[in-house]
Amino acid sequence: MKPTLARLGLTLAACAALVVACSSSDTSGGTGQAPPKLEPLSAVGNGEGELNLIAWAGYAENGSNDPKVDWVTPFEKESGCKVNVKLGNTSDEMVQLMRSGQYDGVSASGDATLRLIYAGDVAPVNTALVPNYASISPFLKDKPWNSVDGKMYGIPHGWGANLLMYNIGVVHDAPNSWASVFDGANEYKGKVTAYDSPIYIADAALYLSKTKPELGIKDPYSLTSAQLDAAVELLKAQKENISEYWSDYTKEVQAFESGTSVIGTTWQVIANTIGTENKVQVNTVLPKEGSTGWSDTWMVAAKAAHPNCMYKWMDWITSPKVNAQVAEYFGEAPAQTKACEFTTEKDFCDIYHATDETYAAQIHYWTTPQKQCVDGSGDNCTAYDEWVDKWQQIKG
Amino acid sequence: MTVGAKDGLTTEPPAASPRRRFGLAFLLVPPLTWLAVAYLGSLVVLLVSAFWTTNSFTGAVVHTVTGDNITRVLTDEVFRTVTLRTVGVALVVTVLCAVLAVPLALYMAKIASPRMRLALVVAVTTPLWASYLVKAYAWRMLFSPAGPLAWATGYSPGYGLIATVVTLTYLWLPYMIIPVFAAFERVPDSLIDASSDLGASDVSTLRMVVAPMVFPGIAAGSIFTFSLSLGDYIAVTIVGGKTQLLGNIIYGQLVTANNQPLAAALSIIPLFAIVLYLLAMRRTGALENV
Repeated sequence: MKPTLARLGLTLAACAALVVACSSSDTSGGTGQAPPKLEPLSAVGNGEGELNLIAWAGYAENGSNDPKVDWVTPFEKESGCKVNVKLGNTSDEMVQLMRSGQYDGVSASGDATLRLIYAGDVAPVNTALVPNYASISPFLKDKPWNSVDGKMYGIPHGWGANLLMYNIGVVHDAPNSWASVFDGANEYKGKVTAYDSPIYIADAALYLSKTKPELGIKDPYSLTSAQLDAAVELLKAQKENISEYWSDYTKEVQAFESGTSVIGTTWQVIANTIGTENKVQVNTVLPKEGSTGWSDTWMVAAKAAHPNCMYKWMDWITSPKVNAQVAEYFGEAPAQTKACEFTTEKDFCDIYHATDETYAAQIHYWTTPQKQCVDGSGDNCTAYDEWVDKWQQIKG
Repeated sequence: MTVGAKDGLTTEPPAASPRRRFGLAFLLVPPLTWLAVAYLGSLVVLLVSAFWTTNSFTGAVVHTVTGDNITRVLTDEVFRTVTLRTVGVALVVTVLCAVLAVPLALYMAKIASPRMRLALVVAVTTPLWASYLVKAYAWRMLFSPAGPLAWATGYSPGYGLIATVVTLTYLWLPYMIIPVFAAFERVPDSLIDASSDLGASDVSTLRMVVAPMVFPGIAAGSIFTFSLSLGDYIAVTIVGGKTQLLGNIIYGQLVTANNQPLAAALSIIPLFAIVLYLLAMRRTGALENV
């Protein structure tokens, strides 16, 4: 046995040496203090013939899911860029995929964008090269989640709010406050649902900013340790009343239809799905405290192999007709103001409050919490990795 | 096992021609390379990366050696609670599988008619043909508050640990039944006859003659059920309600937090648990004849 053990040890040591030798060379570019200096494209030339995208499901449809839902094939014909789509299931997965360096662009939500920008994975965008950028809703431009120091790092795609959804057969008092899932959740003990992601801590923080002003929470993504702890306490108390957490949207649809959950946070598209299947009656409301939400941005990889095709794509996906198609298919507000003229459902933009700036202002869009407070209030905030640890503690 | 094989080689006359040696090397190099590079290599990468750290904002791995991750894994209360819960679930699933598998395997191997035996083998293995997710979601339907279980019995435990244990037991049961069935089949009928001829009761025969011969089969099956349950994190997200297991924590640290080093440090826990389990099995002597 002895020589075998020695040999095994030697092999392991050799492997370890190999690993260390191979990996010590790839040190990361971004320090997290300021984004690396990258120049945007100065002119869009001819397409490179190919385009590799990371997208949310439903954002780049080529007719393979539904022959009638196809805006990728016309783009391929017009631009000559063959599109390969890799679906990302979560923001975190998208960040990891982008880090692999094999993609030209990504439809990133606000809780992924800053991580991509500061790591140097995406480049600033020359908005002059994207003609359709001009008529994008003004309240989506130069926002903390898609720009740094006045430089846009992408083209806004669409947005939506996390709403409070309830089963009207069980919840009769037409709630209009997040209190129904926090302080008052006891009423629906074991039937409350919540979003299964550390970013949901912001929902608790937003509620606390209105109900406990003495904590001094101004922005739900800029929390000091004490404020984060307060939000965590609230969520730990909420857990007693939770039936289950959801992250993929079919799970919430099913939980409401089976009666496992009767009240909780949701997206409009989920309520629509439940409405179509018509097994239970649900209602959604934007509670009086305001809400968290998501705003997606198409971003260009810093080392994109096909930058021209990516610029053409960003212009295509935000063109009025296509943006209307995507928004209706996915169930969100289009970023393109002119898209409202092209929706098949005429009052679509009204339902989603697409051009309603005051409605949009009530939404606190997902953004990555960092040590340097995202609202600019100081440098003693809690970073996302702390949020992840806290979230695991909440779930126990 | 390897020692035995080696002894066999050394007692052979030293007539191995260069040609035979080449043939042997040709046969052994691919599996050994696979073992060393893909299997042990990936484990080593895991162990090494557990000592690195990350940039807290971008999540990029920083190659500075630190023991912080290991310390955190050992001291953090959440990790301890979840580890205990996960090992508990794995043990309960293993015991349940054994309790269900032994009588069934005994019936299949020793009592059932050949036709019945074939039917049962098919019945036990067909669920393996269906997708894991389909089976897990089927249990989600069963356990739902207004689902078939509640309708038929008036009671459903709802989504939680109980549902997780039941689902995992269902999922891994075939992996227990098959080795136990094989072990029962290997028990010669003549031994059982001899035992009863010598005046032993059926229970005594089972306990003193059959059980020692079947135990290695149960041990082999339990290694499957224990390790599969230990690593599972999908069933619990489907039927586990708000509970989380070690796999969910590791997944959360790796994918959500993008903290590969801490995830690596955490995955040493199941690795360690499996090694302990294997050592415990070896002590019982169950691995000698497998």
